[in-house]
Amino acid sequence: MLSLIQQVISGIATGGIYASLALALVLVYRAMDVANFAQGEMATFSTFISYSLIEYAHIDFWLAFVITILISFGLGVVIERALIRPFEGAPVLTLLIVTLGLFTAFNGVTGLIWGYVFKSYRGGFPDQPIQFGGLYLNTQDLGVLGVVLVMLLLLYLFFTRTKAGLAMRAASLYPDSSRLLGVRVGWMLALGWGLASAVGAVSGMLVAPIIFLDPNMMQAILLFAFTAAVLGGIESVLGAVVGGVAVGILMALVGTYIPGGQDLRLAFGLIVIVVVLLVRPAGLFGRATVKRV
Amino acid sequence: MALLELSDVHARYGPISALHGVSLGVDEGAIVALLGANGAGKTTTLRAISSTVRKTGEITFDGHDISRRAPEDVARLGIAHVPEGRGTLGQLTVWENLRMGAYVRRGGASKVDYDRVCGYFSWIPARRNQVAATLSGGEQQMLAIARALMMRPRLLLLDEPSLGLAPIVVQEIFKIIRAVNEQDKVTVLVVEQNASIALQAAAHAYVLEVGKVAVSGTSAELQKDEAVRRSYLGY
Amino acid sequence: MRRLSRTRPELIGLAVVAAVVLIGLPTVTNQFFTFEFAKVAIFVTALIGLNLLTGYSGQISLGNGAFMAVGGYTTAILVQRTGIPYWTTIPVAGILAGVVGFLIGIPALRLTGVYLALATFALALSIPPVLNHFDTFTGGHGGIVMAPAMPPLGLDLSQEQWLYYLCSGIALVLFLFAWGIVRSRTGRAFMAIRDSETAAVASGISLAYYKTLAFGLSAAYAGVAGSLLAIATSYVNPDTFGLSLSLALLVGVVIGGLGLDFGAVLGSLLVVWLPYYAEKASGLQIGSLSFGGKPDIFYGALLILILFFAPHGAAGLVQRGWRWYLLRRTAARSPLPEPVVER
Repeated sequence: MLSLIQQVISGIATGGIYASLALALVLVYRAMDVANFAQGEMATFSTFISYSLIEYAHIDFWLAFVITILISFGLGVVIERALIRPFEGAPVLTLLIVTLGLFTAFNGVTGLIWGYVFKSYRGGFPDQPIQFGGLYLNTQDLGVLGVVLVMLLLLYLFFTRTKAGLAMRAASLYPDSSRLLGVRVGWMLALGWGLASAVGAVSGMLVAPIIFLDPNMMQAILLFAFTAAVLGGIESVLGAVVGGVAVGILMALVGTYIPGGQDLRLAFGLIVIVVVLLVRPAGLFGRATVKRV
Repeated sequence: MALLELSDVHARYGPISALHGVSLGVDEGAIVALLGANGAGKTTTLRAISSTVRKTGEITFDGHDISRRAPEDVARLGIAHVPEGRGTLGQLTVWENLRMGAYVRRGGASKVDYDRVCGYFSWIPARRNQVAATLSGGEQQMLAIARALMMRPRLLLLDEPSLGLAPIVVQEIFKIIRAVNEQDKVTVLVVEQNASIALQAAAHAYVLEVGKVAVSGTSAELQKDEAVRRSYLGY
Repeated sequence: MRRLSRTRPELIGLAVVAAVVLIGLPTVTNQFFTFEFAKVAIFVTALIGLNLLTGYSGQISLGNGAFMAVGGYTTAILVQRTGIPYWTTIPVAGILAGVVGFLIGIPALRLTGVYLALATFALALSIPPVLNHFDTFTGGHGGIVMAPAMPPLGLDLSQEQWLYYLCSGIALVLFLFAWGIVRSRTGRAFMAIRDSETAAVASGISLAYYKTLAFGLSAAYAGVAGSLLAIATSYVNPDTFGLSLSLALLVGVVIGGLGLDFGAVLGSLLVVWLPYYAEKASGLQIGSLSFGGKPDIFYGALLILILFFAPHGAAGLVQRGWRWYLLRRTAARSPLPEPVVER
């Protein structure tokens, strides 16, 4: 029983990481109805930047963390302006393929710069157990949860309290009306990409201490983030968070209690995606869109 | 000189052309009505002004050529366009709609503007946190005007404010439009199918027919003119 | 897509040249190149399948590498366990992969656009670990090693030449089959669904039938390609059929030209030769960074560039050039040129 509780808690922590990347996906999806397949690879790229800052520039982890978030934000904005904007109004299929192009390109560039050798990445939290009642909790897991909660709070405040956050919501929901109110909708999309890229970078920097740092490290995470986003409803911010935690717990249990479950976790992700889409396509928190053929 | 002037404006939706050389002027401080049958080009004329349709021709606002500006830049000059369908930001709250109205204002929505708007629409403070989509049609129309006023516009473009509303609500809305015009010195260009109520409010009117100005004059002249009344105003 | 209506002498000439090149290629190149061209033929098969699905019926799949895995492992397991001749496993691999594709096509029916991409992406990612997991069948990480495919007795061919002719022959047959499908009732139904599902249903086309059929066909082609790949390399392992294979297929089909007959051929030339030249590009360096052996960057960049500058891919460019040539000839002959019929 204790071991089950411990698995659930560590699942929640990993789920927080999935939730962050899922959140990044949702931000882009809300802005332009496209799942950004490159989100994970962009996060990997960002994580490598923080790695370089820590290892070569000898900057403290948390300072590197902040600098990386800022760089990632800029990167997201630039990518949207330079590579996504030219395809404005193109069919979804085209945009999807563009993000897949970004996926391969980012993967290649990361490998080009940092190589394919696995690197260990020391995060901001010590990896040591603390005893709590009969439970052994990991400071790392608790730290991850803390960072994710702070990030969620900041995003919530941004979207409800600031002018730019409100304008981003308005622009993604009602681009035409927003334009008439003086909102530069194109820049709001770029801002969305920037935010998504920054949020994704956080997920990368949180997961890298748990797994090893390598150019392909986010691919499985991306699949779980997709699973989380689909489960929660791909347009719902709350759904991404709840979905992420649920997927985190599920994968922790699959990995522990099913023989050889580590290998099968990705397949479970696939199964969850397919089942959710068949049973409740809008996800847990999504609005059902009426689109019958 | 007129605040807004259109000269020889042509506009098209893909291959279908909707305006064939519209020329008109709106004087500062006036209420001007744009009348005409369905498909005459009234909405397109407003869209040409706010740059949300492809067009050629000259449009000047306060001496600036605005014919090549993006919609958001036109808005930034102080032209508030309440589009067909009211442009309600339905999933946002009433207060968020108003904040978006003040988007182009430095520092965002100010207390002064909010109080002024609530002076016209006294129901707003009580319903501040209601989701806009759940308002009634009349309330949404009023919210649309309120949102436009938060911008402190110099020119207000209204597209059929009476559409789908009960006569009593229409009366109230036009009363507010007149008040806004008098107290806040906002120039108004209003598109209407309901010609009689528009002519009561407006000093001057243009009648469009198949993408062109067919008749224009003061409201009094148009109301008196038997031929105009019969063929264009339908009463 | 407008078909070139009449068989022109130029076309016949081109076909003859193509046939001569196809047959003569292995006699003028070395073993390595012959083998690489056998791989081109394998990818042509896989890409024709993906083009039927994505290009003609408008459904995206990032999971055709997984169907290739089904085909490849079918062949490897059958040959290893039963010892039957490798060539008999090719149709089995195709049919089995087709059935799997058909089954996957059923949930895919309800999924469009982004969701279908997500589900097939998940399929592509989860196949290698699943293959690792069931190692009693699949040999796990180590994969399965097969006896090399020898040319039939009495044929005076090297192993590479035989593989080349085998793969090209199958690719050619499957190409003609797809050519027929595209021009049949079924092909028209695919394209109607691609252009507008609503309109297709309104004209009495069964979405369920045609969408799953497209999935099944596409998977069967991938299965045959996977089988041929296993035979050609006499080896399968989980990493062969990973996400990067599925992505390479998508890159190939987009760059070749979605919904165009020869797109698959041009696309597979790229998919096979780009990594080769990327390997050679190790001389290309920025500071201490070497671009050698990293085709991904080029794939990504090419994909975006092609979508932007030539949305119909390489085959689209060729087709445009061909039309331009025809038009110029017509113009030279008659004083009044016909108006250009734009698509």
